[in-house]
Amino acid sequence: MKRRDFVGLTGLATGALFLPTFPSLGGNPVDPARLLEAVDPAVNKRLADAALNAAKAAGATYTDVRIGRYLNQSIFTREKQVQNIASGESFGAGVRVIANGTWGFAATNTVTEAGLAKAAQLAVQIAKANSKVQKEQVKLAPQQGYGTVSWKTPIQQNAFEVPVKQKVELLLAANAKALENGASFVNSSLFQINEQKYFASTDGSYIDQDVHRIWPTFSVTAIDKASGKFRSRDAMSAPMGLGYEYLTPKAADKIPGPAGSDVIGYKNSYDILEDAAAAAKHARAKLTAKSVVPGKYDLVLDPNHLGLTIHESVGHPTELDRVLGYEANYAGTSFATQEWKAKNIPFGSKQVNIVADKLQPGSLGAVGYDDEGVKTKQWDLIKEGKLVDYQKIRDQAHIVGQKESDGCCYADSWSSVQFQRMPNVSLQPGKEKMSVDEMVSKVDKGIFIAGRGSYSIDQQRYNFQFGGQVFYAIDKGKITGMLEDVAYQANTQEFWNSCAGSCDQSDYRLFGSFFDGKGQPSQVSAVSHGSATTRFNGVNVINTARKIG
Amino acid sequence: MAILSQDESQAILKKVLSFSTSDECEATLSGSNGGNVRSARNAISTSGAADDVSLAVEARFGKRSGVATCNEFDDATLRRCVQRAEEIAKLAPESPEYMPLLGAQTYIAAPKSFAASTAGITPDFRAMQIGKTMKICDEKKVTSAAFLNDEAGFVAKRNNKGLEAYQQYTNLSFSITVRTPDGTGSGYATGDYNDAAGFDAGTLTQVAADKAAMSRNAKAIEPGKYTVILEPAALVANTDASLLAALMNALDARNADEGRSFLSKKGGGNRKGEKLFDERVTIYSDPTNAEIASLTFAGDGRPQKKMTWIEKGVVKNLYTSRFWAQKSGIPDIPRPGGWIMEGGTQSVQDMIKGTAKGILVTRLWYIRPVDPQTLLYTGLTRDGTFYIENGKIKHPVKNFRFNESPIIMLNNLEAIGKPVRVNGNLVPPLKIRDFTFTSLSDAV
Repeated sequence: MKRRDFVGLTGLATGALFLPTFPSLGGNPVDPARLLEAVDPAVNKRLADAALNAAKAAGATYTDVRIGRYLNQSIFTREKQVQNIASGESFGAGVRVIANGTWGFAATNTVTEAGLAKAAQLAVQIAKANSKVQKEQVKLAPQQGYGTVSWKTPIQQNAFEVPVKQKVELLLAANAKALENGASFVNSSLFQINEQKYFASTDGSYIDQDVHRIWPTFSVTAIDKASGKFRSRDAMSAPMGLGYEYLTPKAADKIPGPAGSDVIGYKNSYDILEDAAAAAKHARAKLTAKSVVPGKYDLVLDPNHLGLTIHESVGHPTELDRVLGYEANYAGTSFATQEWKAKNIPFGSKQVNIVADKLQPGSLGAVGYDDEGVKTKQWDLIKEGKLVDYQKIRDQAHIVGQKESDGCCYADSWSSVQFQRMPNVSLQPGKEKMSVDEMVSKVDKGIFIAGRGSYSIDQQRYNFQFGGQVFYAIDKGKITGMLEDVAYQANTQEFWNSCAGSCDQSDYRLFGSFFDGKGQPSQVSAVSHGSATTRFNGVNVINTARKIG
Repeated sequence: MAILSQDESQAILKKVLSFSTSDECEATLSGSNGGNVRSARNAISTSGAADDVSLAVEARFGKRSGVATCNEFDDATLRRCVQRAEEIAKLAPESPEYMPLLGAQTYIAAPKSFAASTAGITPDFRAMQIGKTMKICDEKKVTSAAFLNDEAGFVAKRNNKGLEAYQQYTNLSFSITVRTPDGTGSGYATGDYNDAAGFDAGTLTQVAADKAAMSRNAKAIEPGKYTVILEPAALVANTDASLLAALMNALDARNADEGRSFLSKKGGGNRKGEKLFDERVTIYSDPTNAEIASLTFAGDGRPQKKMTWIEKGVVKNLYTSRFWAQKSGIPDIPRPGGWIMEGGTQSVQDMIKGTAKGILVTRLWYIRPVDPQTLLYTGLTRDGTFYIENGKIKHPVKNFRFNESPIIMLNNLEAIGKPVRVNGNLVPPLKIRDFTFTSLSDAV
């Protein structure tokens, strides 16, 4: 498609840029046509070789270079109007070296042979400066060179090729559905990401990757003017590693929640119109929902909620950099130390099997190679309730007596240094057939929770408090009505030890975190977490209602 | 090329505007040089540098607008950038919230937001500072994780309605967490500065190391309502959400008028003018304050000036977009760059001396909104939580989870200390009664 054709088709182009670009997406606003222009891998190879050679000449013993073109488009609407459409591009290169046994990194947006050579020389200068105060030399797990290889997210329809007008119309139609069904306000948005990443290293790899992600979402608010009360409900979509096909709903991908809950879950495609209508009804219902009585409840957690619990209480504490103390100043450390693991203490009940996976189709974390040239894979983290492994990168493997990286090294931009990030971390579904209704029918006093709400966990991942989007009381095996002011608090180990089992594969879905933050300077990462609906017994539920006068 | 002077910047911007054929055109040029070094386990873990300069051009035809950017500055590239913005504008829909570009503005004299000492930082300086922290921690046989980040930049704006703005800035921030080898103690310190001359990593490392040593073998005490002394880093964070920043972020007029804010009034309207906090609470912003000098113009070119947000507990002003101000007939006030909470002269040590029973909190963590209606937030204490009895720290205590609203908190004020700079704001330590801790955490 020619640029002119594309701009013509878009109709709205990048108009109405009255709001700032969503900060986490980064980049500079550009003509949307640029989002369809490709970079020639041969040009990238020539540029990468300039960096590799310059670093070697300056004294580096290892070098990798990432030439990245990070494209994004975000569309924001509210009620009947478009608030902002921003097409962004960030293009540049980052060079990482080891010199005098110490890491150095420099980035530049001057993507020329001279620009990359200069960045390589600066990276070596930084490494040498740091080596004067460094005591231990970097030890890298060996990595074979793959030669020239490529990988692409297996999408059916590139979201950037879909005219902006069509995408805006879909969001405005979702807003209309929400307003028709009782919403006072609705904000909707669509995030689209395309990372064109070229990696080369002195190991002999030249890796070209084309990564796509999409996230349609909204927030609906209902207001009772008389009382001044307002309540909201956010979308039940998951951000996915898919193309625009995610927004073509299929009946087979819809999974109803328990009878009486009026909740619908979505698998590989999403019906934003249906969900917006449901959200408006839920937001209105929350205005008069019964405030929860605090106490112990058996929780039945929908995958669209449980994903975040998995992320915070299993994904993060099994990151080896946290375990070792690399994040101590910011995101924290982990209770799951090597000493703790050696004692074989149960992380959870025997029902708990959790897998790390960089290959899962449709997931946010799926890529072919990580940002230090390691081919991705799947492996066990928790097996029958016991911690069996961590997530590692090349300069950590030797610390835990292993010989290879798990392919967990990523950067969110060409200008960011790569470091350890979480793969998709997912709870395996139950092996025996069980529907959500069957699970609920066995709960005497419980709460069914769906959707991502307020979430907070301590810096070693013990104590957490989670909310949700919708809460339904379960009494003697049946959903009896909506609740509000619900949050549950638990200790990670106690919580996973209270896991009483999951529904089967037919209920398994992905949850996603699009902007997971970590590191200094802080970087974002996108990752999915799969599970089926799962039961946890005897969890402490608090009431979050307050009066402010 | 990253730090252009006012003359260099405006020369480029004038040329850009001369290429424009649109009804309205505004160009913004910004750039920065920066570097950082991060350590953990008393060793450098990552370190880097980056520079960038970018031009953004917004062209408008009537109520239609388009934006394009470039990062090369030859005439041909600049001309193409303007043409692209105009091309996009012609295709855009009319904005129902269109506001004409601002004309010439009067900005207050630029404060000392730029310091040559910060702009001149080298990789050797960063290595030397982080090396100092590692040496101190090696000697004390404790483990540190630290982060030093510095940046020098500029922003220049110009439009064909007569607006012209330019300012340079610098910033250095440092934070350190020190842990004891047995894993039972952790301490934290942080500082940020426009002028790197005021920075010494060693001083902050000592504070964090002392706190780590003091916080070893914490005792568990029951969660509940306690009098707390919240240090400035517990009230405003440079790494997380925070209670006072949450309050400042909620002072948005449109949300309040629309009924979805704690400032919304039953039946409609907002609560501006009401006394919602203890009368000792006064918060204002002032870009010329020497300790937190910031930009004198907002992103859309509106002048930043001294502005009172809360005075003696009364909500005095709300910030708003130009569109909402015009539609609602309210003052047109931009969101501030940094703010100042008035305080007293007491240090944290003085406040401890005046406390019969209470909890000293160094830092809060993973602070997230629970209920926007009441501005209820949850989070946890970390890196130094201590029990105070009869004016002295008696022993460290295990960390707590809190569920608290800054609105309730600022009504339960016992004392205000001397403000210090945190993340570009001046924040005093606060002594608060009946602060709600809901559970304990084993995390150190």
